[in-house]
Amino acid sequence: MAALNNLTEHLEAFVDVTRSPTHHAESLKAIATSLEKSVLSINQLVVEMDMYLTTTDDVVRARGILLLAEMLDYLKSKPLDNAVVNSLVGFFTAKLAEWRSVRGALSGCLALIKRKGVAGLVTATDAEAVAKSMAQSVQVQSLALYDRKLCFELLECLLEQYPEAMINLGDLMVYATCEAIDGEKDPPCLMVAFHVVELLARLFPSPSGPVASEASDLFEFISCYFPLHYTHTKGDEASIPREDLSRGLSLAISSTPFFEPYAIPLLLEKLSSSLPVAKVDSLKCLKDCAVNYGVNRMKKHYEGIWSAIKDALYASTGTDLSFGLESLTSPGFEMNEIHREAVNLLQRLVKQDISFLGLVADDIRVKMIFDTISRYSRYEEMLDTSKLEVLVVSQILSVSARASVESCNTIFETFFVRLMNTLGIVESTSTGDLVHNENSTVSTRLYHGGLHLCIELLTASKDLIPSSEEDSSTPGCAQQSWCSIVNKFSASLIEAFTSAVQSSNDDCTADAYLGVKGLLAMGMFRGGSSPVSRSEYEKILTTLTSIIAANSAKTVKWELALKALVCMGSFIDQYHESEKAMSYMGIVVENLVSLVRSSHCSLPHPMILEATSEVCSTSPTYVEKMVQGFEEAFCSSFSDFCVNGNFKSIENCSQLLECVTNKLLPRVTEIDGLEKSLVSFAISMWNQIESSVVFSYAFNGREFVEAAMKTMRQIVGVASVNSQNSIIQKAYNVISLSTLPAMESIPLTFAALEGLQHDLSTRDELILSLFASVIIGASPMASIPDVKSLIKLFMVSSLKGYIPAAQALGSMVNKLGVGSGGTNTSSDCSLEEACDIIFHESFESGNTNSSDVTSKTICGSETLLAKICLGFYGSLDLQTRAITGLAWIGKGLLMRGDKRVNEIALVLVECLKSTNSSGNALHPTAMKHAADAFLTLMSDSEACLNRKLHAVIRPLYKQRFFSITVPILESLIVNSQTPLSRTMLHVALAHVISNVPVTVILDNTKKLLPVILEGLSVLSVDSVHKEILFSLLLVLSGTLTDIKGRQSVSDNAHRIIECLVKLASYSHLMVVRETAIQCLATLLELPHRRIYPFRREVLQAVTKALDDPKRRVREEAIKCRQAWTSISSRSTPF
Amino acid sequence: MVSGLINENPTVYERKERRVRTDSTNTDEFSVEPIDQLEIFDILFFDFAIVNIHHIRDIRDPEHPYSLEQLKVLTEDSVEVDDLKSYVRVTFTPTVEHCSMATIIGLSVRVKLMRSLPPRYKIDIRVAPGSHATEAALNKQLNDKERVAAALENPNLVEMVDECLSPSFE
Repeated sequence: MAALNNLTEHLEAFVDVTRSPTHHAESLKAIATSLEKSVLSINQLVVEMDMYLTTTDDVVRARGILLLAEMLDYLKSKPLDNAVVNSLVGFFTAKLAEWRSVRGALSGCLALIKRKGVAGLVTATDAEAVAKSMAQSVQVQSLALYDRKLCFELLECLLEQYPEAMINLGDLMVYATCEAIDGEKDPPCLMVAFHVVELLARLFPSPSGPVASEASDLFEFISCYFPLHYTHTKGDEASIPREDLSRGLSLAISSTPFFEPYAIPLLLEKLSSSLPVAKVDSLKCLKDCAVNYGVNRMKKHYEGIWSAIKDALYASTGTDLSFGLESLTSPGFEMNEIHREAVNLLQRLVKQDISFLGLVADDIRVKMIFDTISRYSRYEEMLDTSKLEVLVVSQILSVSARASVESCNTIFETFFVRLMNTLGIVESTSTGDLVHNENSTVSTRLYHGGLHLCIELLTASKDLIPSSEEDSSTPGCAQQSWCSIVNKFSASLIEAFTSAVQSSNDDCTADAYLGVKGLLAMGMFRGGSSPVSRSEYEKILTTLTSIIAANSAKTVKWELALKALVCMGSFIDQYHESEKAMSYMGIVVENLVSLVRSSHCSLPHPMILEATSEVCSTSPTYVEKMVQGFEEAFCSSFSDFCVNGNFKSIENCSQLLECVTNKLLPRVTEIDGLEKSLVSFAISMWNQIESSVVFSYAFNGREFVEAAMKTMRQIVGVASVNSQNSIIQKAYNVISLSTLPAMESIPLTFAALEGLQHDLSTRDELILSLFASVIIGASPMASIPDVKSLIKLFMVSSLKGYIPAAQALGSMVNKLGVGSGGTNTSSDCSLEEACDIIFHESFESGNTNSSDVTSKTICGSETLLAKICLGFYGSLDLQTRAITGLAWIGKGLLMRGDKRVNEIALVLVECLKSTNSSGNALHPTAMKHAADAFLTLMSDSEACLNRKLHAVIRPLYKQRFFSITVPILESLIVNSQTPLSRTMLHVALAHVISNVPVTVILDNTKKLLPVILEGLSVLSVDSVHKEILFSLLLVLSGTLTDIKGRQSVSDNAHRIIECLVKLASYSHLMVVRETAIQCLATLLELPHRRIYPFRREVLQAVTKALDDPKRRVREEAIKCRQAWTSISSRSTPF
Repeated sequence: MVSGLINENPTVYERKERRVRTDSTNTDEFSVEPIDQLEIFDILFFDFAIVNIHHIRDIRDPEHPYSLEQLKVLTEDSVEVDDLKSYVRVTFTPTVEHCSMATIIGLSVRVKLMRSLPPRYKIDIRVAPGSHATEAALNKQLNDKERVAAALENPNLVEMVDECLSPSFE
C-alpha cells in the first residue's frame, strides 16, 4: 500500500496552494504515472479523494476538482468504464454551477468530451446536459482569461463532436455563444470563438433555424472586431499573429449567407476607410463572402462592390510603368497588398458570375479608355491621370479576361476589335463592317497606351489555354471566339509589334520595350491549336534574332530581345513543345551558332557569345549544338591565327574560352549532357593544337594561354574519371609527339640544368601549360601514363621557370597513390618513387665541391633540389625557381598530410637565414622568394590544389603546419643576425599566421601577440610589405574583438597602442590606417585603468588623422576621437 | 528656464535626398580627397546628428522629435568650406526670431566641428541674416574665443552640448 501512502502525500502537495508550481507539477506527474501503469484505478482515486472533492473549504475543493480534471486529461487515450465516465460527467456538469471550482469543472468536462475512439465515451444525452448546464450557469465574461479560453474550447468541442445533440438544443447554443463572445478581447479566446461561430453556421443551415433568426445579433457581436487591430503590439503577438486571427474572423463573417444583409454593407463601408489594413481585410473578406454567400445573394451588391474595387485599384496603382529589362515578364509596375487583393476579388467575382462583367463593360471610365489611348502616342507625353487610366483599365480588363474562358470571349468580342480599330490595324468601311487593313504597316499608329492594353490582354488570354492538349473533355481553345479573334489579327499584330521595335531608337526605350513584350506575348501561346500559326511564330523568332544579329552595340533593345528569346526558349523546354522547339532550333539557335562560327560579323564577339550562351542554355539539345559550334569556331579561329597570324582570331579564341569557363562550366550539374560535350570540346582543342604544327607567329600577351589553361583545368575538373582518362591519353599523345620529350632525357644534374639556356618554342610552351592544366585538374583516380618521365619533364621545366609545371608537380605528389585501396594504384609510380625522383635522384657531380661543408643535420638539404635552393650551385634565377617549385611541391605534400613537408619547411627556413648552415650568404631575392613560399604553402589557391580540382585535403593541415613552423620561426627571429633576415622571417611568419583560421590564433594569443606586434613594426618600415602588413593587422584586430584574447590584449595594451598609433599614419596603404584607427576605437572596451594612461597619445595620433588625405580615414578618426574624448575628463571637450 | 515650448508648432520640412558620392570607387592610393561641403554636412548629421532641440531642454519631452535638418535650421548649402585656406563657415537659421536655443545650437555646431576637423581650420559660425532678433550679439558671442572657452568650462553647458551631440538612433 506504499502507492496509496504516496498518493495521500501527492494529493496533499497538489492541494496545498502555498507550494511552488514545480511541486504541483511533480505530484501531478507522479499520480498520472501510477494511473497510467494501472497501479491505481480511477475509481480508487475518486474514493481516495472523496474528502478533497466534498470538503467545505472552497480552495481545497477547487484544487481537488482540478486535480481530478487534470488526471482525466492525462488519461485521454486510456479506455475507461462507461459507467465511470457517466458519473464523472455528471459530477463535473453539476460543478459547473459553482463558480469557485469552475476551472476544474470546465477542464474536466473538456477532457471527457475530447475523448475519441477509446472505450468510455460521453453519451449524447450527457453532452446535452453539459451544454445546457454551461449555457445556463457559466458567466463566461466574468471569468479569467484561461477559464474563458476553456469555455470556448468546450463549446467548440461540443459542436464538433456532438452535432445532433446540439441541434436539439437549438436556440440555446446560439444564445450561449452570443453571450460568451460579447465583450471578449483576447486573441487566443477570439480565435476559438470565431471558429465556434463558423461551426454554428454549419450546424444550422436552414432559413428557419436559430442562426437565421439570430443572424443580426450574432453578426453584431463578431462584426465589432472588424477590421482587427491590436492595441498591444509587442507582448501578445507571439501567441496569435494578426493575420491568423483576421483570417478566422473573415471565415466567421462569411460562414453563413444569413449574414449577407449586414456583412456586405459593413465591408463596403470599411473599404472606404483610409486605413490600409482595413482595406486589405475588407477585400479579403469580400472574396470569402463572394465564395460562400452564392451568386444570388451577392448580385444586389454588385454595383457597390464594383465601384469599391475600382476605387481601390485607382488609389493603389502608381503611374510609373517601368520599361526595364526585369519587367519584361512581370506587370511592370509595383503592386501593393491592396492592389493584389482587389485584383483577386475582381477575378473571383467574374469567374463566379459572368454577369458581373456587364458592369465592367458598361463602365464609363472603361469605355473612355479608347479616347485616352488615341490622344497620346507616347507614354511619356501622357498626363499622370491618363497614365493611371490606362494602367488601371488594362489591369481590370486583363484580370477579367483571365478569370474564365467565357469572360475572355466577352472581353475580346467587346474590346479587342475596337482596340484594333484604334490602333489602326483594322479600318471600318462605310458600310460599318470592319475590314482587315492590308497595308497596315503604313497606317499603324503607335499608341503606347493601346499597345500596353493589347499586350496585357494577350498575356491574360494565353494563360487560359489548358495545360495539356490531350485533355479532350474540354473543347480545344481553337473553337473559342477569343482565339479566333486573336488568330484573325495575329499577322497584323506581329507586324505592328515588329515595326514598333524596328522604329525605336536609342533614346526611346518604350517603343522597343512594348514591341518586344508584344512579340513575346504572341510567342507564348501554348499548344498546337494556338491562335498564332507556325509561320507567324517563326516570323517572331526571325525578328528577334535579327535584332540581336544586327546591333553593333549593347543597347536596351538588344538586351530586351535577348531576354525575350531566353523566355521563349525556356517556355518551350518547360511545356515540351516539340514543334516550336524545331522552329526555335532552326531559326534562333542555328543562326546564333553560325554567327559564332563566322569570323566576319558586325556584332562584337563577346556579345555574340553572350547571346548564344544565354539562349542555348535553355535546353540541353541547344547546348550540345552550341558546344559543337564553339568547337568549330575555336578550331577555325585558332588555325586562322596559326596560318595567317590574325591576332583578332586569337582574341576571339580567348573570349570564347572565357565564355565557356564563365557561362557553361558553372552550369554543368544543371544541364545533362553538357559534361560530355565539354569533354569533346577539350579533346578537339588538343586535336587542333596537334594539327597546327607550325606557329608562324608568337602570341602577344599571355591572355590566350591563361584562358586556355583555365578552361582545360576546369573541364578536366568537372569531367568523370573515364573522360579524364581519355583527355589525359590524348594530351599525352600530343606531348609525346612534340619536342618536349627531349627534355625528359635531360639528367637531373646540376651541370645539365645549368645548361638549359634555350627557351621553349611558343607551341611547346602552350602544350606544356595545357598538359600541366590537365594534370592539375585530374582526380586521384585518373590514370596518368608514364608518371616517372612526366615528373622529370615537370621538374626540368619548373626549374626553367614554368610555374604551371611546378603546380602540376604539386598536384601529382598530392594525388599519387591514393587510388582504390592503395594496392591498385592507377599509375605505374607510387608516391615514394615520385619523391625519390624529385628529391633523391642521384647526381654524379656537384657534391664534390661542397661535401666537406654540408652538414648532415638537416635532413632535406643533401638533395639536389635543396642544394639549388640554398644556392650551392647555379645562378640566382635557378635558385629562385627552385624555391618556388619546392613551395608548390610542399603544398601538395602538406595538404595530403605527408611528413616530407617538414623537410621542405626546414629547407625554406634555412633559406631565410642570413647565412645558412654552410656559411654561404644568401641573396636577398632568394630570401624574398623563400618568404613568399610560405604564402604559397598556406593560402588557398584558385589555380590548383583545391577541392574543385580533386585535391587530397587532410583536415586541419594548416593548423599542423602552423604548429610546426611557428616555434622554429620565432626562435630564429630572436637569434637573427641581420635586419634583412629578420624582416624576411617576419614576412614568412606573417604569411603563416594570417592564413591560419582565427580560432587557432585566439587559442595562442598570449604567445603570439608580442610576435605579431613586433612583426607589424618591422613590416611597416618598407612599403613593399604593405599587403602582408595589412593581413597581419587584420589578425590583430581579430584578437582585439574576441573575448578569448581579452586578457593578453589587456596585458599588452601599451605595446598594442604604441604600434597602432604608428600605423595610424602609415602612408602606403589607406586600409591600414583605417583599420588601425578602428582597432584603437575597439581598445576602449578594455578596462578603464589599462587604457586611461594612453589617452593623450591616442588623441594626438587621431587628431593628426583628422587631416588625413582620405575621407574614410577621416570618418573613422572622428568616431574614434569622439569615443576617446568621452573617457577623458569632461572639462576637456576638445 | 521657460516652461512652455519656445516654438509650439514648428514647420517640418521633408528631408532632402542626400547627395550620393560618385567617386567612391577611387582606387588611387595616393590621391587626395579634400574636405568638402558634403563632408562637413555629414560630420554634423551622419553619425552624431545634432538632434532634437527640445530634447536638450527637457529629455522627457518628446513633443518635437525633429532633427535640425528637418527643421531646416541647417542645410547643406549653408556650409561653406575651403580646404586650401583651412576655413569653414556654417550659417544656421533659427526657427523663430527670438529662439533662445540659437546660442546652444551654435555652440554645439562649433564644438562638433572643433572635435571633427583638423586643428588648422578656422571655424566661423553665423546666424542667417535677418533670422534672429539679436543677430549681431549672437554672432559676436559664437565667434569670441574667450567666451566660447569660458562657456565650455561651465560643466552644465558642456553637458548640454554633449547631450545635443549624442548619437541619434533613428
